[in-house]
Amino acid sequence: MSEANVRTLGAEPKIRVQDLSIHFGKVRALDRLSLDIRKNEILSVIGPSNSGKTSFLRALNRLNDLESHMRMSGSIFLDGKDIYKDMEAEDLRKRVGMIFALPISLPLSIYDNIVYGPKMAGTRDKKALGAMVEKSLRAAYLWDEVKDRLRSSALKLSGGQQQRLCIARTLALEPDVILFDEPCSGLDPISTAKVEESMSELKKSHSIVLVTNNTKQAARVGTRTAFFLMGELIEIGATEKIFTAPDDQRTNDYIVGRFG
Amino acid sequence: MIGERLKQKAGFGVLLLATLLVVVPVIFIIGMIIAKGWSALSLNFLFTMPTDGMRAGGILPAIIGTVYLVVVSIVFSLPLGMLAAIYLHEYARDNTLTRVINLAIINLAGVSSVVYGLFGLSLFVVFLKFGVSIIAGALTLGIMTLPVIITTTREALRAVPKSYREVSYSLGASRWQTIRHAVLPFALPGVLTGAILSIGRVAGETAPILFTVAAFYLPKLPHSLGDQAMALPYHLYIISTQIPNIPENYRYGTALVLVGLVLIMNITAVVIRTRFRKRKK
Repeated sequence: MSEANVRTLGAEPKIRVQDLSIHFGKVRALDRLSLDIRKNEILSVIGPSNSGKTSFLRALNRLNDLESHMRMSGSIFLDGKDIYKDMEAEDLRKRVGMIFALPISLPLSIYDNIVYGPKMAGTRDKKALGAMVEKSLRAAYLWDEVKDRLRSSALKLSGGQQQRLCIARTLALEPDVILFDEPCSGLDPISTAKVEESMSELKKSHSIVLVTNNTKQAARVGTRTAFFLMGELIEIGATEKIFTAPDDQRTNDYIVGRFG
Repeated sequence: MIGERLKQKAGFGVLLLATLLVVVPVIFIIGMIIAKGWSALSLNFLFTMPTDGMRAGGILPAIIGTVYLVVVSIVFSLPLGMLAAIYLHEYARDNTLTRVINLAIINLAGVSSVVYGLFGLSLFVVFLKFGVSIIAGALTLGIMTLPVIITTTREALRAVPKSYREVSYSLGASRWQTIRHAVLPFALPGVLTGAILSIGRVAGETAPILFTVAAFYLPKLPHSLGDQAMALPYHLYIISTQIPNIPENYRYGTALVLVGLVLIMNITAVVIRTRFRKRKK
């Protein structure tokens, strides 16, 4: 019933998080968090360290499952389906891609890095894979720089190129949602600009969650911004509002740099 | 400042001395074997049967027997040990049972080789009715090397960065796919190190083959895994202790061939390992 009700409201969220709490052993990472992630938006998540940003992000593609002491309650729905009950983790992760803080290329060729996901999913057709490589690299603004050396090692690329390779690798799976976990923390300003450019472009066809320690970055690219503190969601709203007239004093303190 | 620098020099000096103390005996032993055994080496020595009550002729059957034992035991123990290590490191939960198993494996590495020999005798030779044969000896040697292979494989798996696994999972790979494609290829060079250590041990051990495969003297070469075989370490033991009036260079020549054989096998494994490392770069 409730699911039907949500549908009739029209603006059905891409992801709905309800009462999500996460513990690692005795440490509480997230406390009864609820929020929606809309279609075609970039939701920036900001907050000081230990605020639960990354745990939140890793709950969205069930990467927290790998930690043996993780306990969670609450639920997360992707297009109305409970990702912990109605979906296999592998299928979920193909639809919810992730870009890590450090660009982690597997020690394989550029080509093999990109086809890793599709190959695991069972795609064997060489032509389809080749087309996929080009399409993903173009979307990540990397094609022109690497098109002549697809077979050489990905580890030879610069840090910024590797991060765009990671984006291309995720795009090859054609996900609906892309999670960015501080994607520019190790990058120079020019590489950062390129990654942000591709994010803004990807927004047109994807939902994006961006966890960042860089409040300016959140202000630049975020459609909406959420502020986390000590595992709690303090405030969420349109980016302009959060950065100009936040409702909560703590949000304001963090943004102007009074703590964190 | 000068005092600190002197201390540093003294420290490095001690480390260098320790290294030399380790290396010198090895060089001395190898040097002695070469000096005393070199004159025995000839095509005749390597490729013919022993004659004159093993006082002359070649040592071909012992060489063939040792190659058989190394190959068969590694073919048996490397895959088995790898699979066990993968299970223990990647799948098994950290509970009392796994901890007991891990402890048992470490202890197995310390069991003396003659015990493995007796075990091989009772299990393979007598109970499974393999008889005294290459297969019985190779399996005994294989079981003896399992702890080393399991331990080195596990260390190699542990050394693969956690981030590779996370990337693989985040790209929708299953657990087995992650192990197969994002962990194992990068652990293989380390696994081969375990194989290298095992080759030397298998080729050189005498006690485990004493009751399970080794023959004092055979007039024919073995032609199946069910045959008995001569082996270099046991042959060396016999000609050094059991047969009087053997020329000295004959004994050292046999030792030299054993050392050389292990060296060749190890170099082969190192080349394979380097290939693997290069391919991943």
